[in-house]
Amino acid sequence: MAEKKSLFKEFSKGIVIENPVLRLVLGTCPTLATTTSVQSALGMGLAASIVLVCSNIVISALRKVIPSKVRIPAYIVVIASFVTVVQMLVKAFTPELDEQLGVYLPLIVVNCIILGRAEAFAGKNPVLASAVDGLGMGVGFTAALFLMSSVREILGAGSFYGISIPLLSNNPMLIFILPPGGFFVFGLLMAVVNRLAESRGKPRAELRGCEACPMNGTCKLHNEGTIAPPQETKGEVSAS
Amino acid sequence: MAKKLTVSASPHVRSSETSTGIMLDVIISLVPALVMACVYFGTRALALTAVCVGTAVLSEWLARKVMKRNNTIGDLSAVVTGLILAFNLPATLPFWMAAIGSVIAIVVVKQMFGGIGQNFVNPAITARIILMMSFPAAMAKWILPMESAWSPDAVTGATPMATLANVTGGDVSAVEGLPTLTQMLLGMHGGSMGEVCTVALLAGALYLLLRRVISPAIPFSFIGTVAVCMLFAGKFNLSFVAYELLGGGLMLGAFFMATDYTTSPLTRNGRIIFGIGCGLITSVIRLFGSLPEGVSFSIILMNILVPHIERLTTAKPFGFVKEKKEKKEKEAAKA
Repeated sequence: MAEKKSLFKEFSKGIVIENPVLRLVLGTCPTLATTTSVQSALGMGLAASIVLVCSNIVISALRKVIPSKVRIPAYIVVIASFVTVVQMLVKAFTPELDEQLGVYLPLIVVNCIILGRAEAFAGKNPVLASAVDGLGMGVGFTAALFLMSSVREILGAGSFYGISIPLLSNNPMLIFILPPGGFFVFGLLMAVVNRLAESRGKPRAELRGCEACPMNGTCKLHNEGTIAPPQETKGEVSAS
Repeated sequence: MAKKLTVSASPHVRSSETSTGIMLDVIISLVPALVMACVYFGTRALALTAVCVGTAVLSEWLARKVMKRNNTIGDLSAVVTGLILAFNLPATLPFWMAAIGSVIAIVVVKQMFGGIGQNFVNPAITARIILMMSFPAAMAKWILPMESAWSPDAVTGATPMATLANVTGGDVSAVEGLPTLTQMLLGMHGGSMGEVCTVALLAGALYLLLRRVISPAIPFSFIGTVAVCMLFAGKFNLSFVAYELLGGGLMLGAFFMATDYTTSPLTRNGRIIFGIGCGLITSVIRLFGSLPEGVSFSIILMNILVPHIERLTTAKPFGFVKEKKEKKEKEAAKA
């Protein structure tokens, strides 16, 4: 689909214009859950980026081998193996981070950014482009998490990367590190990035139901009633 | 003759009621409770109220200016929001926290959704809940009225609601530290500034009811539901019911906050459903929840349900026939 684009464009689109969290609205669950502190957000962003790049490379290399009917299970196997590797590394070298991320680390398997990029990009494009796409998306994801967690940690805990800030740490607004504050900061950041994208002539991101879903192309057949409703696919997407 | 015939587009009959007039009525009805708050909690109550109202009006003016919309501070709704928010705060709250509350109420809850008449939840209650979740310690620092409020070293004490949470099976006499029922009625107990004096609140509510600013459907179904629930929970102990009705923010919530035009149903049946829902949620939180008081949460939760309640209770036009059956038959015939 985008083979003529330069590699730099593939990389940079993930940062603002197609930012996975703030523009494509993917991977909301880990975004909201791990941005209570800058440290865990950066850990989550890095872990997901590594998995994203590796799985994009492997899936892109195997794209002509994988039969299209079973591609989703095949993608999941690839992604899950990389997640296992990353999880073992994190457990071995930074046990604190593993404790902070908890269940969200293994849940990268069903993170819809990774599956979404596999489906939308890596499954159709050459290896190098897929790697660059994964890297860009990973940087965009990490940057979004870093921004969100900075706002939440500074206002909600009065600290930054664990270092407490004088004055602010006396009476932090706890709500920012609670779930409602997460949604609030998320919405505001989306508004800001929408504005940025609009100024470059891109449409604003909106919750468009099925259209926003990376599975839209294949799922349309289900909506039209040609095939039985895709319960499993739906579950995967909404879980992440 | 020709001059007497005015040709104009509808509406032709206009009510003399205006938003400003209604808001002015609400402000008048809140004055007795404000006076009592100042008597009980001293000049600090007045100062805190001034901060809330001032910040609310200022942030409304600024928000409209920034959004390049026509200015609406003249309709006094920001004043009402500020007043009601102040009534929901303890008198000891630092001024800057109250100011944050006002900004949240006006900018985030009201103006970001389009200003007066557009917000989907009550601004003052949302601000109170956000403050409660943000500064739990400061928002639960209640001082006892009268005896200590005028002296610099005020005594903090539990609200009757916190004490009532320890009551089991409706036996009120078993717990210590509860004020008498007369004290409850007059407001001689710990609590938010505006919620303590039930008599003053009822006087204001009566004014609003007589002026027909609010309809009795919501407050009465709200309070009635709480009364019935507490009657069963307290094993028909009437004084337990009385404490539950007079304590906490029930009167303030039922008469002044649940009746907000924007966030309550338009239909009469809808209003009754809304009130019953508020009452049920309040009772459940009071009886089983970890928080001593649930009026604000019940109102905000029912606010969110208002569109659905309205859809359920819309009156059907005379002679209206459901189309569903025909469609189903057609589909069956097709298949």
